[in-house]
Amino acid sequence: MDTRNIVIVGVGGQGSLLACNLMGRALMIEGYDAKVSEVHGMSQRGGAVVTYVRYGDKVYSPIVDKGQAEILVSFELLEAARWLELLAPGGTVVTNTQKINPIPVIMGAAEYPENLPEKFKALGAKVDAIDALELAEKAGSSKTVNIVMMGRLSKYFDFPKETWDKALIECVPPKFLEMNQKAFELGMRA
Amino acid sequence: MKSLLLGNAAVARGVYEAGVCVASSYPGTPSTEITANIAAYDEIYTEWAPNEKVGMEVAWGASIAGKRSFTGMKHVGLNVAADVLFTISYAGVNAGMVCAVADEPGMHSSQNEQDSRYFAKAAKVPMLEPADSDECLKFTKYAYEMSEKYDTPVLLRLCTRICHSQSVTEISERVVPPAKEYKKNPQKYVMMPTYARPKHPIVEQRMLDIRDLSEKSPLNSVELSGTGLGIITSGTAYQYVKEVFGDKVSVLKLGIVNPLPQSLILDFAKKVERLVVVEELDPFIEDHCKKLGLTVSGKDLFPIVGELSPNMIAEKLGMPYNNGKNVEDDIPVRPPVMCAGCSHRGLFYTLGKMGVTVVGDIGCYTLGATPPLSAMDMQICMGASVSALHGFVRAGGKNVVGVIGDSTFAHMGVPGLIDIGYNGSDSTLLILDNSTTGMTGHQENPTTGVNIKGEAVGKMDIEAMCRACGIGRVTVVDPNNLDECEKVIKEEMATPGPSVIIARRPCMLLKSSKPNPPLSVDESKCTGCRICMKIGCPAISMKDDMTGTKKKAEVNRTLCVGCDVCTQLCKFDAFTK
Repeated sequence: MDTRNIVIVGVGGQGSLLACNLMGRALMIEGYDAKVSEVHGMSQRGGAVVTYVRYGDKVYSPIVDKGQAEILVSFELLEAARWLELLAPGGTVVTNTQKINPIPVIMGAAEYPENLPEKFKALGAKVDAIDALELAEKAGSSKTVNIVMMGRLSKYFDFPKETWDKALIECVPPKFLEMNQKAFELGMRA
Repeated sequence: MKSLLLGNAAVARGVYEAGVCVASSYPGTPSTEITANIAAYDEIYTEWAPNEKVGMEVAWGASIAGKRSFTGMKHVGLNVAADVLFTISYAGVNAGMVCAVADEPGMHSSQNEQDSRYFAKAAKVPMLEPADSDECLKFTKYAYEMSEKYDTPVLLRLCTRICHSQSVTEISERVVPPAKEYKKNPQKYVMMPTYARPKHPIVEQRMLDIRDLSEKSPLNSVELSGTGLGIITSGTAYQYVKEVFGDKVSVLKLGIVNPLPQSLILDFAKKVERLVVVEELDPFIEDHCKKLGLTVSGKDLFPIVGELSPNMIAEKLGMPYNNGKNVEDDIPVRPPVMCAGCSHRGLFYTLGKMGVTVVGDIGCYTLGATPPLSAMDMQICMGASVSALHGFVRAGGKNVVGVIGDSTFAHMGVPGLIDIGYNGSDSTLLILDNSTTGMTGHQENPTTGVNIKGEAVGKMDIEAMCRACGIGRVTVVDPNNLDECEKVIKEEMATPGPSVIIARRPCMLLKSSKPNPPLSVDESKCTGCRICMKIGCPAISMKDDMTGTKKKAEVNRTLCVGCDVCTQLCKFDAFTK
C-alpha cells in the first residue's frame, strides 16, 4: 500500500505526545512500517505543537510536507488553520471546536479568525468538527481532549476495536485507563 | 523482536545492548531522552553531569578503567566538551567510548545551527550518521566495535528529526564484553608534549585507516538505479530523497560522515551523468566532492539555513509535488510562554518595571525576553550571563543585572562568578533557583540533591558556593513577592562590590509543587485597566463584561494555580480567591 499521512496538531500541554504514542502502538499492532515524529522542547511551553504519523509498507520521510496529509487532526481550532497547508487536496480536517487564545490575542495585538471550519470547507477540505472539550469533561477530565480526538480519528481507520483497546492499555497509566477509555468511546461515537 | 522506538530511545537501547557500563551526560534538546532512557537500564551506571565537558571526561575515565562508556549532548554541548574531544582523540580509549551529538537544523530549541561534522573533522575522530531509529541502534553498537578497533572515541551524529522520530527498530539482547584491564601507560594517557607528539602521526594514520574502511563499509551503501541522476546524501536528507524518488535514481548513502570515502564517491560519480549532494546545514560532503575534482550540485540548489523537506527536494530536482492551501486570515502566532504560576514571571515583570539591563542565560527564563515582559537584553550560551555581566560592568555599564538558572549556574556559571569574586566588580547576579532543569523537561541537577535515578544524593549549596567564589553579599528572596524582590534588587545594585540574589521558588510543574486554589475576578471591582495583562500570564485574558460595553479581566480556572502575582499588581483588589 502507499504511505498514509496523518498530522496531529495542538497546543503545548494538550497531550499530543500521548496521542502520538497511542497512534504508534496501534500501527505496530496492525503490523505496519511506521514513523511517528514529534518536536520536544520550546514547543511544549504552550506553543504550537505538530506531530506527524506516517505508515504503510515502507516509510521513508519522518515528516509530512505541505499538501500531503490525508487527515489533519487538530486539538484546537486555530491550530487547524495554522497547519492547513499540510492537507492534501480533498483531505479531511478532524478538529476540536475549542478555542484557546494565543498570547497575541490575549494581549489584544491580534484577532482570533472567525468561521474557520467554513473557510476550510471553502478551500475544498472535508471538515469533521466536534466539541472535544465538552466530551472530555463528560469522560471525567478536560485533560482527555487528546483521547477524545483520537477516538474520533479511529473512525477513519479499519482497525479492529481490540487494536485500539490494546494500544490504550499500553499507553495510559492504569489509574487513568477507565476515564481515557470513556473519552475514546465518546469521541468515536460523537 | 521489533519495537517502535524514538531515535533517542534506540540509541539508548544500542548503548544497553553494546554492554555499556557508564553513561554521563548533560540534558539538551533534542538529545535529552537518550540518557533519560539509559537511566531506565539498571545495569548501566547513569548520571546527569553538571556539563558536557564533565560528562565526556567521566565517559573517558570509565573507558580507560576498562568499561564501555557513553556521553550524549546537543550540538552546542560539543562546544563545551571540545577541549576534551580534541585530546582524547590523541590519547584514544581502552574500552569503547561513544559520544552522541544532536544537531538542530531549524533551531526548534537552540541558539544556533552549527554543523557538528566539522568537529569530527577538526578533532580527527570518526563520525557515524544514522537515518532512522533502527540505524540509531545498529550504528551505536557498531560505533563501540569501531572505537575499540581503531583506539578512538566515536561520534554519533543525530538531528532533531532522527532523535524525535519513532520508527520500527529490531532489538536484541545485551552482551557485555569482558572488561579490559587497565594498564599503566603514561605514553598513551598523559598528553604532555613529549608523549603527545608521537601520538599525532598515529592519529593521522588512524584516520587514513578508517577512510580505507569507509571505502568498503556496509554503512556506506550504493543503490544503483539508472545512469542519469546520482545523489549523495546521509541521515534525514536520505529519507527525504527516497521519499521523493523511491528507487528511480541512484543514491550513495553515507553512514560514515567522517572520514569521507574517496574512491567510493569517485566510482559512484563515474556511473551517473549528474551528481547532486543533498545534505542539511553546511556543504560538508559537497566540499569533499569538489576537493576530489568532481562537478557537483549542492548548496547552489539547497539552503544552508534551516531544514530540508521532501517538497523542497522535489521542486529543486524537477519532481512533482503538491502545495497545500491556507485560509486568507492572518493566523496569530502561538509562541511558547512561561506557564501559569511560573516563578520567573514576577521577577521579569519587576526587572522590566525597574528598567534595568538584563544579561540573560539559557533556560525557560529566556522567555523573559519576549513581550509583554520584554526584560532580557542579552543571551548567548550557558554561563555567559555571569561573565558578560562582569565585562559590561567593567566597561562602565550601569543599571545592569545578570540572570541565570540553578542548573545553568552549576553548568558553567560558577567560573564566571569566580571571576567576579576574584577580580571584583559592582555586579549583581540573580540566580533563579526553581529546583529543576526546566526547559529540557525537568531533569535533576547538582543543586536539587537528587540524582537521575531519583535517589537522594549530595546537594550543591548555592549560597555556600557563591560565598566560596568570594561573594560577600548573598540574599535569598521569593520571586513571587514583587515588593520584596524590587527592594532587594535596588539595594544590591546600589551597594558597591559584587552581590548575588537567589530568587528561590520551585517550578510549578514539579510534582512536589502544590497549586493554590484558582483565582476569580470580581467584575464589580475590575476597571479594565489591563495592568494584569503586562505579565503575560496564559491564565488571564480580557472579556466583555455583562453589559458588553467594557472589557474585564477573566481568569481561566483550569490553568490558574493561584500564584498571586496578578493580585499584587491589581490596585482594585479585583482578583479574589
